[in-house]
Amino acid sequence: MMTNPGNRLTQGQFSFLPDLTDEQISAQVKYALKNGWAVSVEYTDDPHPRNTYWEMFGMPMFDLKDPAGILLEINNCRKTFPNHYIRVTAFNSSRGVESPTMSFLVNRPKKEPGFGVSRQEVDGRSIRYTIHSYATDKPEGERY
Amino acid sequence: MSEAKQDETTLPDDAPVDLEAELKSSNVQEVLDKLDRELIGLKPVKTRIREIAALLLVDRLRKKFALSSETPTLHMNFTGNPGTGKTTVASRMAEILHRLGYVREGHLVSVTRDDLVGQYIGHTAPKTKEVIKKAMGGVLFIDEAYYLYKPENERDYGAESIEILLQVMENNRDDLVVILAGYKDRMDKFFNSNPGMRSRIAHHVDFPDYSPDELLAIAKLMLAQQNYRFSAEGEKAFAEYIPLRMKMDHFANARSIRNALDRSRLRQANRLFATKGRNLTRNDLITIEAEDIMVSRVFDEPDKK
Repeated sequence: MMTNPGNRLTQGQFSFLPDLTDEQISAQVKYALKNGWAVSVEYTDDPHPRNTYWEMFGMPMFDLKDPAGILLEINNCRKTFPNHYIRVTAFNSSRGVESPTMSFLVNRPKKEPGFGVSRQEVDGRSIRYTIHSYATDKPEGERY
Repeated sequence: MSEAKQDETTLPDDAPVDLEAELKSSNVQEVLDKLDRELIGLKPVKTRIREIAALLLVDRLRKKFALSSETPTLHMNFTGNPGTGKTTVASRMAEILHRLGYVREGHLVSVTRDDLVGQYIGHTAPKTKEVIKKAMGGVLFIDEAYYLYKPENERDYGAESIEILLQVMENNRDDLVVILAGYKDRMDKFFNSNPGMRSRIAHHVDFPDYSPDELLAIAKLMLAQQNYRFSAEGEKAFAEYIPLRMKMDHFANARSIRNALDRSRLRQANRLFATKGRNLTRNDLITIEAEDIMVSRVFDEPDKK
């Protein structure tokens, strides 16, 4: 049974929707800026859901008023890593929250091989399950 | 789909449009009036701002008829002596452009060389880009822009910063407006060594020096903003003070006036303190008397320059 035809990675906001256009990304970023959150651009080629620390593309951007600057960075990142996953994260630094409040993908590889389930027999006949990204069979930088 | 959408909004060729109404809806008249009220003199500057406002308004009307025209370049260069109001006008400019819908946010990011140029190789580009990103959607104001370029030091990183600025001024015209400011002679030198910069700036506005009458009007406005006023003699004394101060060294137009007023406020406070034994009224507290001004050093040595 195919539960996720096309093997599209579903992490963060809007990931079940078609890819956002630049205009839609701008609108989302504008919302983040309006709330005073610091927006940053991150990338990775290891899409495992437990891989939470992606590489930062430049510093998080503080004190911006307009999404144009962030779109500029997103496009720079797309140019540098056309075949990586790229996400935009908004960080709320106010006391008591201090955590990311938004996170969504803005770029994905052309071909996403998806995940396979692997089983491990332990303690007699018990089975442990884990998932494994086919892409990570290859070394970093050659995955997509 | 976009075509259908355009048809809907495009007006027929002979439809009348109301420039007056457009002006009203943009609230720009309010800003222009405020400019007239709060900035004394500066005729050429106000004329240029009016022209720009008119152009942007007409552009908006043209858009209604789907008459496309390229976004006009609005990068500006303000030259003038110290204290002629370059920074003040720049911050007004941000507001005006915002009202006219030319910039999206209308904030002013004011920077100098320190904010743009780094200290070592590879430091400048990220620094400049960060400033540019902050200014997007608004106005980037570079004060004393001629410091960016130091021709005597070929290893200076200022050139790198200028290069990035030029690129952004050309490619991101919709996103931000760059305003350079500085003293006339040094800016001329700066532009001579950066011809690319000169051609990318459409508006070169020269800020004239103020006349004594204008300076007096400025002084009164400044006092009114701080809830002070001259007494009749005080005003006369200050009118005498201005030409004397203008002849002295380091005269910086409105800035000198502001400093002079700050000093006379100091003396007024001192004078009030000295009049012990009677209660002060509101009038005493807001009035600058002639004696607060006459004590000034300027009157001591009138024949010295």
